[in-house]
Amino acid sequence: MNHDALAETIRIEGTRILATLIRTVGNVQLAEDAVQEAAVAALGAWPVTGVPPEPRAWLTVTARRKAIDIIRREQSRGAKERDGADLIELSKREIDTEDVVQDDLLRLIFTCCHPSLSPPTRVALALRTLCGLSPAQIAGVLLTTEAATTKRLVRARQKIAAARIPYRVPTEDELPERLPAVCAVIHSLYTAGHAPAEGDAAYDVDLCGEAIRLAELLHSLLPGQPTPTAVLALLLLTEARRPARLDDAGDVVTLDLQDRSLWNQELITRGVTLLNDSLERSARQADAYQLQAAIAAEHARVPSYPATDWREIVRLYDLLVEVSPSPAADLARVVAIAETGEVGTALELLDAIPPSSRRHAVRAELLARTKRYAEAVNELDQALALAPPNHPERSHRERRRAHFRRLAQRQPLEH
Amino acid sequence: MPQYLALTYTADVDWWAPEQAEELAEYRRFGAEFAEQVKASAVLHPTSTATVVRVEGARGGPVVTTDGPYAETKEALTGYYLIEAADLEEAVRIAAEIPAAWGGAVEVRPVILAR
Repeated sequence: MNHDALAETIRIEGTRILATLIRTVGNVQLAEDAVQEAAVAALGAWPVTGVPPEPRAWLTVTARRKAIDIIRREQSRGAKERDGADLIELSKREIDTEDVVQDDLLRLIFTCCHPSLSPPTRVALALRTLCGLSPAQIAGVLLTTEAATTKRLVRARQKIAAARIPYRVPTEDELPERLPAVCAVIHSLYTAGHAPAEGDAAYDVDLCGEAIRLAELLHSLLPGQPTPTAVLALLLLTEARRPARLDDAGDVVTLDLQDRSLWNQELITRGVTLLNDSLERSARQADAYQLQAAIAAEHARVPSYPATDWREIVRLYDLLVEVSPSPAADLARVVAIAETGEVGTALELLDAIPPSSRRHAVRAELLARTKRYAEAVNELDQALALAPPNHPERSHRERRRAHFRRLAQRQPLEH
Repeated sequence: MPQYLALTYTADVDWWAPEQAEELAEYRRFGAEFAEQVKASAVLHPTSTATVVRVEGARGGPVVTTDGPYAETKEALTGYYLIEAADLEEAVRIAAEIPAAWGGAVEVRPVILAR
């Protein structure tokens, strides 16, 4: 095993070990330090001794020993006495059963995503404890500094300890109010990973991959819950299109121009199966994840852009803006309405949406459909001015602007 | 058992005014219902009766007082409950029953207990 593969194994195993260790020692910081020390020990020893036959057992036992060392060091400095029970628990040699680990992983997920923590803190904690990323890597995701991220993590652990955020799995009837925060963390990780153009190398971690791993984990831990199933479906259906999203130059390829043979059919099939399963299990009105997954599935189902059933897509967006209103959903709905042929209606609806770079870009396309090219150029000027210089759609929009400008020049002047 | 201080922030009212009687009764009902968990509580006179005290320099220095509350805010600190709860989730469940939680807000802070 090379160094990277080794580090990856240790990182993934680390989460499982951490989840149980937090419960045993009752302290996030202490457990994290112990797992970190065990990881360092493994990275030092394994390249020399070879990977042990049972790496999981090796890491578990080592992390427990490190935890005992830390507790002894704390006690020699006069920290409060612990009852002997957790030291005995830490001294055992057998590794925990899968049931115990799964339960602990759920505890860890729900603690990281506790409603009494702020949303960015939930994201930071999830990346630290569930994904094993470093504060420097997390800072890149949260668009902040390593120092600020470290401070945020320290404060979060202090709050968990001082305010006693319980380390437990919510009961069945609490799940509906606790799951949205967890799902929002996973979805926002995927969105953050998906937004920057690859090649830009905005992040040095594969956030989309991490988000899918967490979605798989949550779904496997709570297979009967429709929302985590829908989140996994949505992520897989979006991921399926990723290979077609950028051209060789790294520019964004819009849906109408994507080479659909590049779409990952395996992911699409699995996503659709999960979505149907999720819909069958929910008695209530479809939630935002189910609707977004259904929209993605509708696009994935048809062989080409012109074959898209836009009336069905508009129907799904109508439901989406009702259960989860957002400017992004409003814009996507307007685009779908325009695709059904109602360009005039779409242009009128656009006026009610708050101005943004994307709104100007959408308006430009709609104006061009009605041959108002000069106005379209003007809208794209504004879209480009409002977007950051490294915006992934910048060169696409510049090309469209040049195209509309040429078309505008060919038009006779109106008096 | 862990303790939490639940600070009530509401409109800055005079609880003794006759028009507050009904609302005050709601607070009393909360206090009676959670008598077991509430270890101490107080309702405060309006912020217009507050005095902020500072000592200039070090201890023993000149005492400077200013009229009014420490911080002028739209919602004022109007009372507190010292609550006993197993963990934050239980503390939040109890705090959500304090009448200040609707129309105002309740800040829940863990109390440092002697080791």
